[in-house]
Amino acid sequence: MDLRVLESVQRRWTKRVTGMSGLNYRARLRVLNQYSVQGLPRDHPESYHSYMWNHLFKHIDIHPENVNLLDGTCSDLEAECARYEAKIAEAGGIELFMGGIGPDGHVAFNEPGSSLVSRTRVKTLNQDTIQANARFFDNDISKVPTRALTVGVGTVMDANEVLILITGQHKAYALHQAIEEGVNHMWTVSAFQQHPKTIMVCDEDATLELKVKTVKYFKELWSVHSKQIDDPVAFESTRHG
Amino acid sequence: MPVTQFKNCRILRDHELVREDLWVENGRIINPEELFYVQKRPPAFQVDCRGSIVAPGFIDVQINGGFGYDFSFDEDKTEEAVSVVARGLLAHGVTSFLPTVITSTPETYRKVLPRLNKRPGSEDGAGVLGAHLEGPFISREKKGAHPVQHIRPLEKGFETVKEVYGCLDNVAMVTLAPELENACDAVEGLTERGIVVSTGHSAGSIMDGERAFKSGARFMTHLFNAMTKFHHRDPGIIGMLTSKRLPLHELYYGIISDGIHTHPAALRIAYKTHPNGLCLVTDAVAPMGLGSGRHHIGDMDVVIEGERALIEGTDTLCGSIVTMDGCIRHFMHSARCTTVEALEAASLHPATALGITAQKGTLEYGSDADFVMLSDDVFVRATYIAGRQVFAAPGQAFIHEPVQ
Repeated sequence: MDLRVLESVQRRWTKRVTGMSGLNYRARLRVLNQYSVQGLPRDHPESYHSYMWNHLFKHIDIHPENVNLLDGTCSDLEAECARYEAKIAEAGGIELFMGGIGPDGHVAFNEPGSSLVSRTRVKTLNQDTIQANARFFDNDISKVPTRALTVGVGTVMDANEVLILITGQHKAYALHQAIEEGVNHMWTVSAFQQHPKTIMVCDEDATLELKVKTVKYFKELWSVHSKQIDDPVAFESTRHG
Repeated sequence: MPVTQFKNCRILRDHELVREDLWVENGRIINPEELFYVQKRPPAFQVDCRGSIVAPGFIDVQINGGFGYDFSFDEDKTEEAVSVVARGLLAHGVTSFLPTVITSTPETYRKVLPRLNKRPGSEDGAGVLGAHLEGPFISREKKGAHPVQHIRPLEKGFETVKEVYGCLDNVAMVTLAPELENACDAVEGLTERGIVVSTGHSAGSIMDGERAFKSGARFMTHLFNAMTKFHHRDPGIIGMLTSKRLPLHELYYGIISDGIHTHPAALRIAYKTHPNGLCLVTDAVAPMGLGSGRHHIGDMDVVIEGERALIEGTDTLCGSIVTMDGCIRHFMHSARCTTVEALEAASLHPATALGITAQKGTLEYGSDADFVMLSDDVFVRATYIAGRQVFAAPGQAFIHEPVQ
């Protein structure tokens, strides 16, 4: 997954979230993370802990107890995955899942070929992903972790709402597979065609492999979308009407 | 222990001003990620810094007195002098300093030195890192304002140093002239005791300076003032700034940046030649901090007009009365350097010269939480020592909000 995709969107989302609810330490926001790479210590600059701290947690007032990350350094990885699923259930399930995709259409680390009903588990990363991550490890392939803990496709499908962020031309073909082709475990993001509440946020470049007809349709829904952004409460009441 | 989060500020870290919060616990700067992920604790207090720059507390390694007190002259009032000056310096963003004693008699040193104890800073004043003894082993030709009758040679090198000063426990820095006979022996002896040796008040050549450096001298006292004038065929110790024989990254020098004692062009030459070694010093004298007008200090009548202190009835400067934050602003203006460079010249560089960067001079995790909140044009808004506010400028209130 291209982590950089999330940055600017997360920043703007953070601004909105903190502005809207006056997020403070009493806020009931709980965050659970999608994945963690095996073997990477928490304080490694390329760890997911570092990434999430720098891009989200340090900008908001969230109580550390409300933050849950998969621990890629523990000795019993299977137990860790089970613990995580239990944590999600205990929190009342996922309200909103937010993430990007890889150029191969993977969501979290559900690489092509993953079961579409999978749960949180250990996954072996494929060559593309390892290559892409080499730049974070002095371009030394041997240093790049090969396994990761990830939430499953099924885990995400259980979320109340799914928000996928797709930007850039290199993701365009994956977006085409995600919404114009069928549900296919080789493009795991396509599973969300069967989720009742999915939003995919894209930029122009990401739409380059879509049919003109598809893009036109969604663009013409803009007036509906913009009502949702400007006045979410009023929008909610009209939506159910 | 309760943690305080300083938000909405730009901190000086890794030679940059970055938009980051500063986290403080128990008088030290801490790593927030460790607090968040490992201890899983939120902060107890948050402070809105209102966009201030947060820099490490300033360190003045050369200051003769201030607010009406003189460390050399007021030998019967040493504790009072240190107390008043230390407190007054907080308003200038100085959190640590070296009270400086100029050329004096052995009797004076025996009286004064034991009272210049190293002590941490607090609400009562900036911390004392030790004394700076400027003289008496200096050049008679380059005495500046020092009393010539007390200047003496180093007959037996380091032995003489011990005889004249007495106990060296409270000494952090010594200025001497490197061309004096047996100077290198004195330098070696002092350096071995962990005391920083500075070359200054010298009529020596560049080679005299290099010899002293090889023996352990690491600092130079108020560059340009009271030393051999730079000549293109005889650079004097000023030439050390570009010496091919010395590891320059280990050489530091003080420079008085009050707009008066050093011409802006000279300041620029030093800055361009060896920016990383440049340390801002005030070399302030007793009238510093007193308002405009006439003052009687020691046995002198002094008139303060704006930024100058003159001997009454004359046009003669009687020393510098600049404040450290004033030095920083003058330096930025004259050298046209960046804010970061100017702030580091008052914090990181002197701390490195003194070998104390583990605790002072930076905002790294684990270092003492001594810092200054500044406006963009480098005026002090508030000063903190060990994470507690010890000074706030009029109209500047930074409230520690308890976290709900």
